[in-house]
Amino acid sequence: MQQKKGSAEPVFKIFIYVVLITLAVLIIVPVAWVFLASIKQNSEFYGNPWALPAGFYWQNFVDAWNAASMGSYMLNSVIVTALSLVLLLVVALPAAYCLSRFQFAGRKFLNTAFMAGLFINVNYIVVPIFLMLKDGDVWLKKALGNGLLLNNLFVLALVYAATALPFTIYLLSGYFATLPHDFEEAAYIDGAGYGATMVRIIFPMAQPSIITIILFNFLSFWNEYIISMTLMSSATGQKTLPVGLLNLMQAQQSAAQFGVLYAGLVLVMLPTLILYICVQKKLTQGMTVGGLKG
Amino acid sequence: MRRSKERSRFIALCVAPAVILFFIFMVLPTLNVFRMSLFERGAYSPTETFVGLNNFKVLFQDAKFIASMQNTILLIVVVTAVTFFFALVFAGILTREKIKGQSFFRVIFYIPNILSVVVIAGIFSAIYKPENGMLNSVLSAIAGRDVMILWKDQQMVMISIIIAMVWQAIGYYMVMYMASMSAVPVDLYESASLDGAGRLAQFFQITLPLIWTNIRTTLTFFIISTINMAFLFVKAMVAKGMADVGLSFMYNQKDAGLYGYSMAAGVVIFLFSFLLSALVNQVTRRDVLEM
Repeated sequence: MQQKKGSAEPVFKIFIYVVLITLAVLIIVPVAWVFLASIKQNSEFYGNPWALPAGFYWQNFVDAWNAASMGSYMLNSVIVTALSLVLLLVVALPAAYCLSRFQFAGRKFLNTAFMAGLFINVNYIVVPIFLMLKDGDVWLKKALGNGLLLNNLFVLALVYAATALPFTIYLLSGYFATLPHDFEEAAYIDGAGYGATMVRIIFPMAQPSIITIILFNFLSFWNEYIISMTLMSSATGQKTLPVGLLNLMQAQQSAAQFGVLYAGLVLVMLPTLILYICVQKKLTQGMTVGGLKG
Repeated sequence: MRRSKERSRFIALCVAPAVILFFIFMVLPTLNVFRMSLFERGAYSPTETFVGLNNFKVLFQDAKFIASMQNTILLIVVVTAVTFFFALVFAGILTREKIKGQSFFRVIFYIPNILSVVVIAGIFSAIYKPENGMLNSVLSAIAGRDVMILWKDQQMVMISIIIAMVWQAIGYYMVMYMASMSAVPVDLYESASLDGAGRLAQFFQITLPLIWTNIRTTLTFFIISTINMAFLFVKAMVAKGMADVGLSFMYNQKDAGLYGYSMAAGVVIFLFSFLLSALVNQVTRRDVLEM
């Protein structure tokens, strides 16, 4: 041990890099592996798993898209995600605005109620929601001849939007509360009504928070599968992408078509990865605002 | 006067849709969880019969439920301990040391968090595949012989879930702690190192105490979220009946048509998570240090 005092420093640095790179590799390699596996032919899965693909076998994607109906599931997911984001914003923005900037009777109660809602996780209430819609369908069947609450993409979007309300209102109210009241007063003096002031003056200023909300909720709606699986349970009916993928994975256990499975995986994660690459700065900054996850 | 009427109408119009949606899809189902736990409901007809606490009595003698709660506790303890240890250490290193490519590492570490649990389950099915799977082939290369571990079998399945859950959570918490650690003033570290405090001493005596409030909050949330995430992972990764956690037990009862029983399990898990987070909150209470 004849080393001088300073020489421990580079060793420590190298150690840090080794640890960090190891962790990065542990995360990247499995994800990249799936991408490579999605263009492999089925026969290639019986050899060395680390071999590179022999060629671009696009047929996997064609099969996943058509035969495994991932194409139509993708469309369903796009519809549900877009619809629930629109519903969420239309409902949550005005509510958060009023709850944070107006004094009125019951305001405190409502704020507390929405805060308490942060602690209700959908996993606990998915069964009662399912039963409520099921009973509603039974009733509708008697009245109208057919039920339309279960296996309905619009109802699914509505449930998504409703369960995202507490978090969204919490985040938006936090932002609205920081704005000075001068903005509204100036607008009122200019003769603008409440609605016009809210839509034209306040909402544009809230744009950064709105983008954060869209990002987080896009990820959670796109990736969600428990509610979707429960409310869209009809074997022949429509499904969202994660549920379709789950079925594909379960089907793989009997009839091994690995290429199609990994192509399906790529189809589900590609949109989120592309979005992430575009907005990763915003996302990793935004999470410190929220600081919690279901 | 007219203005105030207009004002009330505006507020009512803005708040009502949110309140109605929140009431129908969150408040009502939550109340229903508690109410239905006292009833037995037919699988095919919506008739309910009041059974008092009978569901709970049966539940506490159900060996499967006990086992699923044991699994839940195991996951909470191990996943939390491992995730928090690594997240804090890595965050400490990344914020304190001058590392090249810091933002690159941050971007990479956050990736698992944006993937659906179903996708993660798919990725890990490739990792855990017994023949020609990623993990077994790496282990074979290290051991120099063919390793054939059945990762998804009864014996290994909990370990497999733990690995996947840590893989998913670690980056998120790391990025979060990096944000709070970078708010610690640099001159505290400078004067500490003038006093001869080493890296470890600085970490334990400056970094940890100063971000303790943040750690406490995240710990409480982590425990609640582990109960939920464990459900998502088990549902997507594990063959039915192989291993259950509390919430997946609850969900299976629903599939079997035992709605009242399912909700009784939900109530127990909810109370359990509530008490546990209150307990953690108490145990980790410290005097807050000002930065």
